[in-house]
Amino acid sequence: MSPAIVKLIAQRLALGILLLLAVSVLIFVGTQLLPGDVAQAILGQSATPEALANLREELGLNDPAYVRYFDWLGGVLTGDLGTALSNGQDISEALGKRLSNTLFLAMWAAIISVPLAILLGLVAVQHRNGFIDKLISATTLTSISLPEFFIGYLLVYFVAVELQWFPSVSTVYDGMSFGDRMSAIALPCATLTLVVLAHMMRMTRAAILNVMQSAYIETAELKGLSPFRIILRHAFPNAIAPIVNVVMLNLAFLVVGVVVVEVIFVYPGMGQYLVDHVSKRDIPVVQACGMIFAAVYISLNIVADIVAIVANPRLRHPK
Amino acid sequence: MGDPSEEILLDIRNLRIEATVYPPGEDPHDITIVDDVSLTLGRGRVLGLIGESGAGKSTIGLSSMGYGRGGVRITGGEVWLNGRDILKGGLDGLRGVRGREVCYVAQSAAAAFNPAHRLMDQVTEAAMKHGSADRQTVVDRAIDLFGQLGLPEPETIGQRYPHQVSGGQLQRVMTAMALASGPDLIVFDEPTTALDVTTQIDVLAAIKNAIRRTGVAALYISHDLAVVAQVSDEMMVLRHGKLVEHGETRQVIESPVDEYTQALVSVRSIKHVEKPPTTQPVLTIRGVTAAYPGTSVDVLRDVNVEVHPGQTLAVVGESGSGKSTLARVITGLLPPREGSVEFAGRTLAPEMEKRSRDDLRELQMIYQMADVAMNPRQTVRTIVGRPLEFYFGLRGAERDRRIAELLDEIEMGEGFIDRYPAELSGGQKQRVCIARALAAKPNLIICDEVTSALDPLVADGILKLLLKLQAEEKVAFLFITHDLATVRAIADSIAVMFQGEVVRYGPKSEVLSPPFDDYTDLLLSSVPEMKLGWLEDVIEHRRMESAGN
Repeated sequence: MSPAIVKLIAQRLALGILLLLAVSVLIFVGTQLLPGDVAQAILGQSATPEALANLREELGLNDPAYVRYFDWLGGVLTGDLGTALSNGQDISEALGKRLSNTLFLAMWAAIISVPLAILLGLVAVQHRNGFIDKLISATTLTSISLPEFFIGYLLVYFVAVELQWFPSVSTVYDGMSFGDRMSAIALPCATLTLVVLAHMMRMTRAAILNVMQSAYIETAELKGLSPFRIILRHAFPNAIAPIVNVVMLNLAFLVVGVVVVEVIFVYPGMGQYLVDHVSKRDIPVVQACGMIFAAVYISLNIVADIVAIVANPRLRHPK
Repeated sequence: MGDPSEEILLDIRNLRIEATVYPPGEDPHDITIVDDVSLTLGRGRVLGLIGESGAGKSTIGLSSMGYGRGGVRITGGEVWLNGRDILKGGLDGLRGVRGREVCYVAQSAAAAFNPAHRLMDQVTEAAMKHGSADRQTVVDRAIDLFGQLGLPEPETIGQRYPHQVSGGQLQRVMTAMALASGPDLIVFDEPTTALDVTTQIDVLAAIKNAIRRTGVAALYISHDLAVVAQVSDEMMVLRHGKLVEHGETRQVIESPVDEYTQALVSVRSIKHVEKPPTTQPVLTIRGVTAAYPGTSVDVLRDVNVEVHPGQTLAVVGESGSGKSTLARVITGLLPPREGSVEFAGRTLAPEMEKRSRDDLRELQMIYQMADVAMNPRQTVRTIVGRPLEFYFGLRGAERDRRIAELLDEIEMGEGFIDRYPAELSGGQKQRVCIARALAAKPNLIICDEVTSALDPLVADGILKLLLKLQAEEKVAFLFITHDLATVRAIADSIAVMFQGEVVRYGPKSEVLSPPFDDYTDLLLSSVPEMKLGWLEDVIEHRRMESAGN
């Protein structure tokens, strides 16, 4: 690998870390600005002034903000996300299981949607402006236009209630067989796929169509190559950077944006966990979830940047 | 044409090609690009297609592959290749013809190669697809062709990516790519037009050699008569999609019958007698050395030249010689590292931002691409009127009167005042840019390759106009160009640039007379001349010289 690439990648990584630190400040400040008081929330209506004061002391709420920030950041960096205020559980432990559930769902949604979107994009380019292209565009645009809770409930009604193919509630637990687990996540997975498909498909189509204007595509046509070979071999490699970008944005959405879908299907992932604890004003949990979402988002975008750098032959093979 | 007993390879009959155009403000309609053109080409013969842009020469060339660029459609006629009409076979049939019987060499190989793949993979692709040979056989053949075309390191050059190879070399690799599948016919579409003259001559010789060695037939498309004359057996001259003249190469260039062909052959008829230098130059460049910000390489080194009032200094050089950088230094876009720019006796501030409005007015610029030098959403009135408002505060009727005067000076007339750039031809666009520069009443206009993107006859008109304006307005020109014919036509003095340095400088008559320095000699002898056998003479001459050294 050339030094130029190593330098660019190192720059991206450094920027990512810097960005994550900035986000940690924002999350901390943001949660401090939330109305209400944790001690009040914990003790509820029956709180006496003495009890409140004691609890505040115990939770360290009387320390200056920057002290609490660095305490918290130090904890995050050493893997200690603190304890939940509402039930005293260790957040790292509780979150670990939830995160792996969310990642499991997101992974399967990605495994289905990314190749499908790219394939549909390629097919749409091959039949550009024809019936198949319009059909693909119309279907995927319809699915992105509907809010995900609506798609979710439609699937529940038709597939779970009427056809009874898959359960409407996605319960997963330890020791579940792989088949049962897949059956449980089928509907949320389908919902997520429908939501992210259109964006990636349209971007693949647009990026490749853009490349199709190039002189080297004409060269390929004048070699007598088949249309699909031209698209796959001559257009696609030059359209990778924009496609990867939008794929990564959607992967990030799969992890971060699943809140609604998890709630609909009562799936025990990060989203559910976050929603539960926001309503309880459980600030350490909200902060921890925020940091994890931000880290996922930033690292996926770094991956997109790095792929774009490595996919560029001018950077990979300097003069 | 030619010997009737020879076997006919390509027979185009009554070809008609149309395209749908979408002019601004009008309904889309069909226009005829090629109208009733017929031609035959014998096996192993080379036919030159000549014409200006829009004459339909590329379109005819591509039709021999059954291909129409963009919205171009073949709407009539037949294209017989190897004894069958290829237009009858549908797209699948055409895919069997393209890349096997006919191959294509594009004008810009740099754009025609896919940046994502190694050269060898692209060179062998068509041969692999159409032939039965295994990859190693095709690779060996490609390496052999690389060597024949005079490419350096033929064994390994195929492992490189397009951006790792120079423009002249890419053009040869593309020729090798066309030859690799052993076609009967190659369409060369202006294969040397984008190259510097000193590179062009080598590529041209390599192409001619390859054609002769392999016995492949060729359609050689170019707007440059002198270039085509070196490679073709016969020539067709096209204009507005119609055949104007067809004959053996010698007949066409030595005794053209048609009036238009005669004009093409005698183009660059301008005779300009140089004026003696005056005592007080309008522009003096003193010891300028410049580098782009953030780089340590000097793009200009110790440049000293003068421009005299009402005269033209031509700055000649190939791409990368630093001539456009010199313009950036003079205009203040790139402050020099050392040296100074003096204008009418006073030293100009190095940075444009620090110059007075009058300094800016005195120094105007005209660019190569008139297209991108004008805002497509503004009319001629706004474009030419802007400097009148900005420098002289002219408004309303007074401004319009001045615009009309300027349009008159550029021989276009008031009728163009409300046109948009898209409604003008290439030559007209450049004229509007000239009017915009003149509007500021400058003492010096920097012309950066202003005729390079234009057809020869149109370019000729622009040069005549510039000379006329110079006589009337006493404006000086600093004329940047790579084209030596243009230099001969208009310059009073010449500066030859090579790798950032002025290697030769003086009055035109001195610079263009022997004895020459090595580079000027190379440059001058590389300009194609309109006579048969010129290419062989030059190559032979150079070989003798290098053998003598």
